[in-house]
Amino acid sequence: MNAPLGALDRPNSYIGRSVSRPNAARLLAGRGRYVTDLVLLRMLHVAFLRSPYAHARIVSIDAEAARAMPGVRLVATGPDLARLCTPWTGTLDHFKGMKSAPQLPLPIEEVLWSGQAVVAIVAETRAQAEDAAEAVTVAFEELPAVVEVDHARAPGADRAALAVADNLCFGSRLDTGGIDGVFADAAHVVEEEFHFGRHTAVTLEPRAILADWDPSEGKLTVHHATQTPYQFQDLYSRHYGIPEASVRVVAPDIGGSFGMKLHVYPEDMAVVGLSMLCGRPVKYVADRIEAFVSDIHARDHRVRARMALDDDGTILAMDVDDVTAIGAFSTYPRTSAVEGNQVIRLMGAPYRFHSYRAELSVVFQNKVQTSQYRAVGHPIACAVTERLVDLAAAKVGLDPVAMRERNLIADDAYPCASPTGYQFEALSHQASLAKLKAMMDYDGLRAEQAALRQRGIHRGIGIASFVEISNPSPAFYGIGGARISAQDGAILTVTPSGEVRCQISVTEQGQGTETIVGQVVADQLGVPRERVRVITGDTETTPHGGATWACRGAGIGGETALQAARKLRGNVLAIAASILQAQAGELDMRDGVVVDAASGTERVSLSEVARIAYFRSDTLPRDLSAQLSVAHHHAPQGYPFAFTNGVQGCHVELDVETGFVKILKHWVVEDCGRIINPLLVDEQVRGGVVQGLGAAFFEECRYDENGQLTNGSLADYLVPMACEMPDIVVGHIETPTADTELGAKGCGEAGTAAASAAALNAVNDAMSPFGARIAQIPMTPARLLKALGTI
Amino acid sequence: MSAHLPITLSVNGEELTRRVEPRETLADFLRRDLGLTGTHAGCEMGACGACLVMLDGLPVHACLIFAVQAAGATIQTVEGLTESAAIADLQSVFHTRNALQCGFCTPGMLVAAHGLLSRCAMPSREEIRDALSGNYCRCTGYEAIVDAIETVARRRAGEAASSMAEEPA
Repeated sequence: MNAPLGALDRPNSYIGRSVSRPNAARLLAGRGRYVTDLVLLRMLHVAFLRSPYAHARIVSIDAEAARAMPGVRLVATGPDLARLCTPWTGTLDHFKGMKSAPQLPLPIEEVLWSGQAVVAIVAETRAQAEDAAEAVTVAFEELPAVVEVDHARAPGADRAALAVADNLCFGSRLDTGGIDGVFADAAHVVEEEFHFGRHTAVTLEPRAILADWDPSEGKLTVHHATQTPYQFQDLYSRHYGIPEASVRVVAPDIGGSFGMKLHVYPEDMAVVGLSMLCGRPVKYVADRIEAFVSDIHARDHRVRARMALDDDGTILAMDVDDVTAIGAFSTYPRTSAVEGNQVIRLMGAPYRFHSYRAELSVVFQNKVQTSQYRAVGHPIACAVTERLVDLAAAKVGLDPVAMRERNLIADDAYPCASPTGYQFEALSHQASLAKLKAMMDYDGLRAEQAALRQRGIHRGIGIASFVEISNPSPAFYGIGGARISAQDGAILTVTPSGEVRCQISVTEQGQGTETIVGQVVADQLGVPRERVRVITGDTETTPHGGATWACRGAGIGGETALQAARKLRGNVLAIAASILQAQAGELDMRDGVVVDAASGTERVSLSEVARIAYFRSDTLPRDLSAQLSVAHHHAPQGYPFAFTNGVQGCHVELDVETGFVKILKHWVVEDCGRIINPLLVDEQVRGGVVQGLGAAFFEECRYDENGQLTNGSLADYLVPMACEMPDIVVGHIETPTADTELGAKGCGEAGTAAASAAALNAVNDAMSPFGARIAQIPMTPARLLKALGTI
Repeated sequence: MSAHLPITLSVNGEELTRRVEPRETLADFLRRDLGLTGTHAGCEMGACGACLVMLDGLPVHACLIFAVQAAGATIQTVEGLTESAAIADLQSVFHTRNALQCGFCTPGMLVAAHGLLSRCAMPSREEIRDALSGNYCRCTGYEAIVDAIETVARRRAGEAASSMAEEPA
């Protein structure tokens, strides 16, 4: 445990303290204001007619009858919006050779997935718009649908999008050299072919957007359920040709996002154009069925991987081939190649070996796009690595924990680099594993497992170490040409009453961003937390910044708040020193009162300093410039990413007759550096674990051979339920990053990163007496019975 | 699209008469016609539980019944349950335990918890998890919600026990 950043015995010290979220009170009272709830004067609603085919040519559209329907104000097709909005292409410059077809709000000639929006119908009510949508006739000419990934890759295959030459979106290769020789000489080689199903975010609030174009002053206001308002301000400005300062994007309360709501969706771009065409506000809320066919999906990887070991179980090398199918377009502006790229770069990350080769193929097909969703790439890299480690342990005859103890990068070996090129500042794999082992009573569980097997009860224990990427620098997107900021900004003000307002560019989706920013400001400024109001999510009132994604809220946003608060504190103490005729360096601020730093004697309250500065500046010296607002920006410097680490344990019981798995308990030890709020960190970890367990056992977007999603509703797509989920025990190691004063790293992906890997290992452990194994998630009962040879 | 029909019902203690489309769900009626946006629509097919309201004392999916079917009923939404302080202890413990993140499922969770504790004063954790299985939460992983409901059940039982103990013999 590292020394706390502030003095925790001080009444206004909050860093490291479990405090509840001020903004949660309105959500509990039913007073949240989600985009779904918003109503504007003269607001219209849009419904979209969607393609019933996975791939087709649009022959003609007849909307005359629809235009005459009650309440209908506009029916728009691809060409109508193409006149206003320039196309976008989901590629990044640093992914060499990447290609994707350009996209428009609505397609003009060709539809590329079943569910793609084709015609927009705008009416006074959503019901009227949906009624009218039924009266629109579109003649489609069906084209061959590219569905299965190997068909998509075959020479001469049908193309998923006629505008691109073939179905390879992006390919990449990593090779440290000499791999074939290492494998040829290795004492042991283990290998497996893994399948990771497609799944999707299923935010409880579906996507929602309300665009309001005011032609009188050429101003666009978009109320948008997104994590990244600044990114959308930039995109709406550039694609619709509106000056940036005339575009305001407001992200109010957001009903879950998990990465899904930071991508450009054709419907969202369309809504902006529809508002411009109508001169009235236009609202779109995806219903759940639309969400399943138009939200980004994630994963969908087939990985063939092998690991070479020497005779005592030391890992020597990994060799990986990842093929991922991403739909018909690469998503804009972050692309659909980042997940695969992170898969091949995160492979084997916790372990000490030097020889590595990987091939990545990112492939087009006629399904909805995949892109970044919580823990991008991590669960795949982690599951492949950790399953191979377990297979290796079995082959060498080592216990899985002993195998990891032998191969994890030592806690005193940092800084060091992975064979894939990632730079690690300081991680704690060994300490984390030791802590997990104790928390689980690992040896006790193994003894219990052996005893229960005698009675025909089949329990399994799975372990998975992981590395998580957080605090991304411009190396993530900026160098690829994307206008996605790695910096954040804050404006911090002491108000005339001596309260504090913090307008900051990191955003809130319920993880507690505003709370931790408030804690940092209160702590560093020296005021009670209740006197700090944090304002986020509005491009008009907060500085431009990266906002919240890839676990950057605490690490980058928190550091921005820290530096801003220190700057403001210096200004306050300078004014106070002038009032008191004291030296600023001898003063401190504690609990909203300026005190003598040495004695703690109260000298003057912050509210009195503010009163004088705002209303009686005549009493201050002429040369004292009272600055009670500061603006501050911070971008990560030093390491390109702040890596975090941890380890998870999963305990399951497998019913070998039915294939049902009961998850008995789950443990996580994670190291996110400085913990600002333990309560919020633990809940991030737990929520993340459940999303990972969902992927492991339940969640899958299932398509038929024609590219039709067959389970696109909440009755058919299985979201983890309370009765299926275990209690989750969370422990911590704290290794702050030295790149910032705050030392915080991310924790939002950690749970998801390794939960499915731990579950996969646990189920395989339970099946081991039967000589059965599985390398596919979700591990449905049918797949488990097949693995067991029962069906 | 057929003609609007008049309905009279009690919502959060107020008697109301409104004209509604026959196809309008109770959820849409509450949210759109009355501005009670604390009731959320998550799936519109009775799977996710975000739209739960108390109807004549029982938790009901507001997305699964039409407003016209609620004629004559007594309805309490999260707003009404808040104003009457009927769920104040649940809300307080949800807050301190951080048993919510994005908050979109939360009104439905509170109604489900209120319904559960009305029919079973001291549920086990398994019974709580079972009772919440019609309420999807994507953020929390459920454990904090289970903890919060368990805590409230214990506190209520403790208060009931101490108030009984204080009764004169």
